[in-house]
Amino acid sequence: MFKNIKKILSLLAVASLVFVYSCDQMAGKKNQKKGASKTVDATKKSGFVKCGVSQGLPGFSNADASGNWTGVDVDICRAVAAAVLGDADKVKYTPLSAKERFTALTSGEIDVLSRNTTWTLSRDADIGLTFVGVNFYDGQGFMVRKNSGINSVDDFQNGISACTNIGTTTELNMRDFFNSRNISYEPVAFEKADEVVAAYDAGRCDTYTTDKSGLAAQRTKMSNPDEHMVLPETISKEPLGPVVRQGDSVWEDIVRWSLNVMIEAEEYGIDSQNADMMKSSDNPAIKRLVGAEGELGAAFGLDNEWSLRIIKQVGNYGESYKRNIADTGILPDRGPNELWTKGGILYVPPAR
Amino acid sequence: MATRGIDFGYGFLTQESSFDVQFSLIEYSGSDSYARAYLVGLLNTLLVSILGIIFCTILGVIVGIARLSPNYLIRTTAAWYVEFFRNIPLLLQIFFWYYAALRALPLPQEADPMLGSFYLTIKGFYTPSLVWINLDIFIYSVIAAIVAIVFVRLYAKKLRENQGKHIPVLNISITILFILPLLTFFIGGVNVTYELPVLKQLAKTSFIFEGGLSIPPELLSLVIALSLYTATFIAECVRAGIEGISKGQREAAASIGLNRKQILNLIIMPQALRIIIPPATNQYLNLTKNSSLAAAIAYPDLVLVFAGTALMQTGKAIEIVSITMLTYLTLSLLISLLMNWYNARIAIVEK
Ligand SMILES: N[C@@H](CCC(=O)N[C@@H](CS)C(=O)NCC(=O)O)C(=O)O
Repeated sequence: MFKNIKKILSLLAVASLVFVYSCDQMAGKKNQKKGASKTVDATKKSGFVKCGVSQGLPGFSNADASGNWTGVDVDICRAVAAAVLGDADKVKYTPLSAKERFTALTSGEIDVLSRNTTWTLSRDADIGLTFVGVNFYDGQGFMVRKNSGINSVDDFQNGISACTNIGTTTELNMRDFFNSRNISYEPVAFEKADEVVAAYDAGRCDTYTTDKSGLAAQRTKMSNPDEHMVLPETISKEPLGPVVRQGDSVWEDIVRWSLNVMIEAEEYGIDSQNADMMKSSDNPAIKRLVGAEGELGAAFGLDNEWSLRIIKQVGNYGESYKRNIADTGILPDRGPNELWTKGGILYVPPAR
Repeated sequence: MATRGIDFGYGFLTQESSFDVQFSLIEYSGSDSYARAYLVGLLNTLLVSILGIIFCTILGVIVGIARLSPNYLIRTTAAWYVEFFRNIPLLLQIFFWYYAALRALPLPQEADPMLGSFYLTIKGFYTPSLVWINLDIFIYSVIAAIVAIVFVRLYAKKLRENQGKHIPVLNISITILFILPLLTFFIGGVNVTYELPVLKQLAKTSFIFEGGLSIPPELLSLVIALSLYTATFIAECVRAGIEGISKGQREAAASIGLNRKQILNLIIMPQALRIIIPPATNQYLNLTKNSSLAAAIAYPDLVLVFAGTALMQTGKAIEIVSITMLTYLTLSLLISLLMNWYNARIAIVEK
């Protein structure tokens, strides 16, 4: 017995030595030249962008039978690949559960996390992450069976059971919501989204709660989608957007502006079809976006056609939304995710 | 770590957790600390592990003995059971029991009562529960009874060694164990009533049971899956243990007129235990560690609550994973120590 304990202790000692050493190594790499990016260099060297996505959320990030990923979150990864590597297809996707996603990013397994992730203060400030923008304005909602007789959150009663994912903002909002209404509830929290759907679908829970976009997308996976509906109320703000690791500001800027370019391109009416022609536009803002004027790419060490490639290969935000979310019937109405010029809240800083 | 913006420290343990847990053995809500959330997860892990160990041992011993039965049908059924459950990955079995249960079980409003007031439904297993008044006094009386019994035993041993007198220790012990707690009902103000689960409507088609004891389907299916799986290994340990006792012993016992059951209980098992315990200990350790697969079906064990939700909400990956690892290590060492102690106790003392 004591021999064993000794063995274990010496193993632990070795493990902690290795750990301390690797921390030193990481610290050593800190001295970064201005304008240079470790992540860009590594990305160019490996030849693909390492992107973390969901394990399958139709419209946002979802793989078809032959392993092709599509969705508005996937399009962010594709835009970054088009900007940095010149080819939107040069992406390596890593499907992650809500629980795994941040560790995958901070540990370096992925370089961008584009996976319906809510921007919150504590995530942004606390855990080595930086949010670069919002590609979908969302809020938390509830799904119930149509025949349940529940037509609004006001019909919820003590003892209701709610299925959801662990490690999400959903878990926290749910508590705030039920607590403030003095309703006792049974949270049934799974690690994987598919398990939540299966359990709710089988009748384990009275309601399924997550981002409304997620509810709309997951409803398509139910054995009988028409038997379910999403309640009208929205109980939280869920601004979803791409995330990068803290500490590489050049990489952070590239991801941020890849998203911004897609939104601004829509604002100026530039799309994948007309982008080349727009080079001869009279509007300098448009000319800058398609790389016919100015030196925008130089600021992060890219060539001047980086943004043109994004628009040509991936499309503008509106094209991406239509292709992935509207035409697939998930959320045909853009709601708040419409340009500010058209009554929505999509408003990005100017690319100049 | 600093470059990656990660800071290190255990201060978060005292912060408010702000998430709720489905099932807890102690009082807990999101306004309690992360440390308490850890305790909730740990107790839930202990609960499935202990239940799993009890059931897999019972089943394992039965199947192990059945594998050596002279009856062809019993023998082959046991062999098939072992081969089947041992060779399917445990995670699949857990999913099977959980989702099979969810698919097969009725909604609360459609469940028929079993034995009067037991209901097995998709939302859980509901049973009547006992409602105690002055439970603490009752528990103290049980402890007092146990202490008294220890003294009686010591006294009896002394009597036997010094004066060669025998007193009926077992009968006295049982009497103490009954009388003392029973007395508290009459003079200690202890009382117990029961509470039955009652159907309650939440919405048109949504019902639950209130009152009584409710066991969530996650716990049920996890215990079933862990027990059925681990019992196959225990059965093999038991079979090997029995087969390890030489045939001569069996024949000698038979020749003095012991029947099959007596041979097993008096001759074979006491010796076989020494062979069975060490590998069985390994299986108990495996079961405890395997219980962490609970997270897959939403049973709030240590991994789901602490290494899952708490880790996510705090981002303290290194701290939380190290605490969790240390906890499992401690649990494993404790089980080993306990089993080693038991093994040493039953070992043949060579004089
Ligand atoms: N936006 C929330 C919730 C994100 C989340 O994980 N939602 C689930 C339910 S829609 C999901 O994405 N499931 C898909 C998957 O795990 O692959 C957060 O950032 O915490």
